[in-house]
Amino acid sequence: MARMKFLCDADRCIECNACVTACKNENEVPWGINRRRVVTINDGKPGERSISMACMHCTDAPCAAVCPVDCFYVTVDKVVLHSKDLCIGCGYCFYACPFGAPQYPKVGNFGSRGKMDKCTFCAGGPEADLSPAEFQKYGSNRLAEGKLPLCAEMCSTKSLLAGDGDIIAKIYKERVVKRGYGSGAWGWKTAYKETVAI
Amino acid sequence: MRLSRSILSLFAVLGVVLGLGLSSPATAQQNAPINPTASSVREDQLLNALKPGGAAEIGGRISIPDGTAATLIRPAGREWREFHQGTMHLVGAIAILGMLAVLVGFYLTRGKIMISGGPSGSTITRFGAFDRFIHWTTAGCFIVLAVSGLNITFGKVLLMPIIGEVGFAALSQLGKYAHNYLAFPFMIGLALMFLAWVKDNIPGMIDVQWFASGGGLVGKGHPKAKRFNGGQKMVFWSVILGGAALSVSGWYLLFPYTAGGVLNLQFWNVVHGIVGVVLIGAMLAHAYIGSIGMEGAFDAMGSGEVDLNWAREHHILWVEDEMKKGVIPARLQAAE
Repeated sequence: MARMKFLCDADRCIECNACVTACKNENEVPWGINRRRVVTINDGKPGERSISMACMHCTDAPCAAVCPVDCFYVTVDKVVLHSKDLCIGCGYCFYACPFGAPQYPKVGNFGSRGKMDKCTFCAGGPEADLSPAEFQKYGSNRLAEGKLPLCAEMCSTKSLLAGDGDIIAKIYKERVVKRGYGSGAWGWKTAYKETVAI
Repeated sequence: MRLSRSILSLFAVLGVVLGLGLSSPATAQQNAPINPTASSVREDQLLNALKPGGAAEIGGRISIPDGTAATLIRPAGREWREFHQGTMHLVGAIAILGMLAVLVGFYLTRGKIMISGGPSGSTITRFGAFDRFIHWTTAGCFIVLAVSGLNITFGKVLLMPIIGEVGFAALSQLGKYAHNYLAFPFMIGLALMFLAWVKDNIPGMIDVQWFASGGGLVGKGHPKAKRFNGGQKMVFWSVILGGAALSVSGWYLLFPYTAGGVLNLQFWNVVHGIVGVVLIGAMLAHAYIGSIGMEGAFDAMGSGEVDLNWAREHHILWVEDEMKKGVIPARLQAAE
């Protein structure tokens, strides 16, 4: 069975942040939350690289393991989603996530974080597909429409790939063979305990 | 005419020189493969640099306003997960089930500790209204904090299968609010108990003797004790020190933006969890010996009036002090 994954080809990413904006707009993400972000490592130095990062929809996801109310579930496409109706805003997924994906709408102290929000791989939530309630809580459900996440679909350099993990790994490998170099699939080792051999 | 020809030839020479100068490196570049990755930052190197003692996070610069988003990968979350799903469950189960097993075993072998001389029928005041008020404020808060805290770790295993995920989520949400708000009366009670009782809880040689002779729990006879015996002093200091650790760690968890990052929150969560279950274990023992474990003990925090014979057996030096102060009516002293 296919597992949906993201792969950011760091040798192509130009830090345009269009994926960040596309995500925010497509999903009407609340103020203060960025489900996707672009981090530039060794900024300004020779060999700097920018990586677009969001929830990696890990195998054996740490967020799901530590959730005290078990509000996480995995879809048939192996996308890691959660129910905002069950979430109590305790912050544990935020402690456990290696990618800083879980975020909260309120920056208030005193346990008033509100319901956790994170990247859904544009796959909505537990509500009926494409229902207004689903959109209001989780944003777009592009997967239900047969589309892939907007961040990757509109990436101008096709640095960010999204889809069946095997297929995007193959695309990336072909690129690496053709051009002769590649800095690897960032985050894969941490998320899936495997990486793309290059 | 001659001038124009010489200018022309100059251009020709320049053209040849420039052409050669430009073309030779260009051909070399086309022949040699370029590998930008050779000089670029690599994830493998960064992950390897995260070994203990090094940096804990891979991060960089970010152009959105949220600076915390500049962390790209933070593998420490996996260790915290291992702790929370493994060690925390194990330590919690040992502290609580282990203590319950010890208490049941103690009850079955030693039985209820009775007043050897039987109740005298006369009482003296051990804890006044204020003492009892701060004790029960703190204790009441502690019970709710303990149950709602244990629910966060064990609830989804023990309770959720029984009441279902929706009911359990609603209950846990309530528990979270109770935990957050009752933390404050708990901390106030803790501070007041410290101020009220610290002067009688300074450890001394008498406590060493008390422990050496088994504290009246094992063996026969009652070692001498002042207002608080060695065991009670241990309860006092575990409540004060454990409570302080819970307060500090809980404060950071309650005000996460003051903790200085997720790694610190993970640390405070570990402190909060471990100290919490150990203190719950200690309080089970405290509650046992203060109620069903010993005849006459509950009165101290119930009515505040304890039987004189109980007081003499457990706190003879305190009773003598009270007599000297004239707190105990002369007719009771005469009865001795």
